Parts: sequence; structure tokens; C-alpha cells
Amino acid sequence: MKRRAFLLVSTLTIAAMHACRVSAAPSRAPLSPTLEKLVQQFAAGRPVTEGRVKFDIAPLVDNGNSVPIEVSVESPMTPADHVVAIAVFNEKNPQNDVAVFTLSPAMGRARVATRMRLAISQQLVAVAKMHDGQCFTHTVDVLVTLASCLED
Amino acid sequence: MARTLITVPSSARRGEIIEVRVLIQHPMETGYRRSSEGSILPRNLLRRYTARFVAADAGGAGELVFAADLHAAIAANPYLSFNYRATTTGKFVFAWEGDEGFSHREETVLRVV
Repeated sequence: MKRRAFLLVSTLTIAAMHACRVSAAPSRAPLSPTLEKLVQQFAAGRPVTEGRVKFDIAPLVDNGNSVPIEVSVESPMTPADHVVAIAVFNEKNPQNDVAVFTLSPAMGRARVATRMRLAISQQLVAVAKMHDGQCFTHTVDVLVTLASCLED
Repeated sequence: MARTLITVPSSARRGEIIEVRVLIQHPMETGYRRSSEGSILPRNLLRRYTARFVAADAGGAGELVFAADLHAAIAANPYLSFNYRATTTGKFVFAWEGDEGFSHREETVLRVV
């Protein structure tokens, strides 16, 4: 009886632990502490949610000197509901700021594109701030085979 | 004078969303690189870009459409692309400002039909 009870309990415990681990595992890599801090700073106390933003960048980059990026946000861009700003941060360049874009309803579409430098393989995040202060993010991981910033 | 490459359609239908692409010649020197003699190359960055639209019948400084604060992580010869919903005929005024007193201005006319 004791052995049977022990087996039952241990089986349940293992099952529970497994279930926990599965549900706790994020669908993507968690935001690095550096980026988390920058995102919170940019959000200035307003809620930050993942989604609505699309950060477009090649997952594998040959040359970090000039990497095309595009950030687009699902937004009607009307005076009543629009994106006011988009910030892009990087994790491991000598400086974490990439750019802060100021948007207006006159744009019609919440989309910006530019070219950036990547020192090494790292995580990047785009944060969109809505007219009501709410923030939305998209995090991407990029592999760089030839570095920028640090070469001669 | 910095060289620029600006791509904006010369005319658009009312309500059409057009794409604006601008590129300017600039080294975007980060301040982290060294010259062949080993001395650190001084930082020289473009700091801010603004795009305003001045309606033909309104004049003045126009409305701010798009602006960007740029940092060292932006590649040399900064390229920017964004959209604009054409409403009235007028002109775009693009301005770049940066270190060492850098300042550059360009204008492009947009005709709305």
C-alpha cells in the first residue's frame, strides 16, 4: 500500500513539474535585462504588451555595417488612434539606442525603415507608443557573421 | 553640401498613401573607431531628421509628418523610409541636423490630383 501511494504521488509530482515547465517556457527568448530596462524607461510607467508591432530584419546577417530594418505597427493612423513614437534598442552595440521615430496621423501607415549597424549577434527590440501611452513590443534575435562598430 | 537621394512621387491621387525614401551622404562616425595611426576618430553623427509638409494654400512652416532621432547604431549614409497620406498639393521640407554644426535642407513638391 505504502509503495503504491508513493508511486502515485511521485508520478503526479513529476507530471505536475513537467506541466509547469512546459507552460512556463516562453514561445521566444526572454527580453534581456538591458533591453527590459530601456523598454520600461521608454514606456514611462505605461503598460507594455507584446504584439501589434512587427520588427522586420534578416535573422542571419552577413555584414553588420548596414542592416536593413523595418518596423510596422497595426494602427489605423487616424487623429483619434495612432502611433506617436517607435523606438528601436539593441543589446550589445557600444550604445543601446538605435533610433527614436516620431510619427503622426498624416503618415497614413505606421511603418518606418532604415539601415542599422550590428556589432555582434544580439537581441533587438522595437517599442511602439500609442496615442494613449500604451506600448507594444516585438523582440528579435539576430546572428551576425561580420561585425560592425569594432573593426577598423 | 551633402549629397542626398530623395524618392517621392511627383503626383498622387487624393487619399493615396505614398512612400517617401530619403538618403543622405554622411559618415555617421561613431567615435569608437580608430584611424590607421591609432588615434580615435572623433564622433560625428547626424542627430535628427525631420519631414514637414507645407500645403500650397497654407504656407508657413507646415505640419510635422515624421521625425527621427538618430544614434551611432544607424549605418553610414542614413536611409529612412516612411509613408504619407496625400491630401493636398504642397511641398515636403526635409531637414537633417548633426554634430559639428551639420545642417541640410531639401524640398520636394507633391502634386495631388
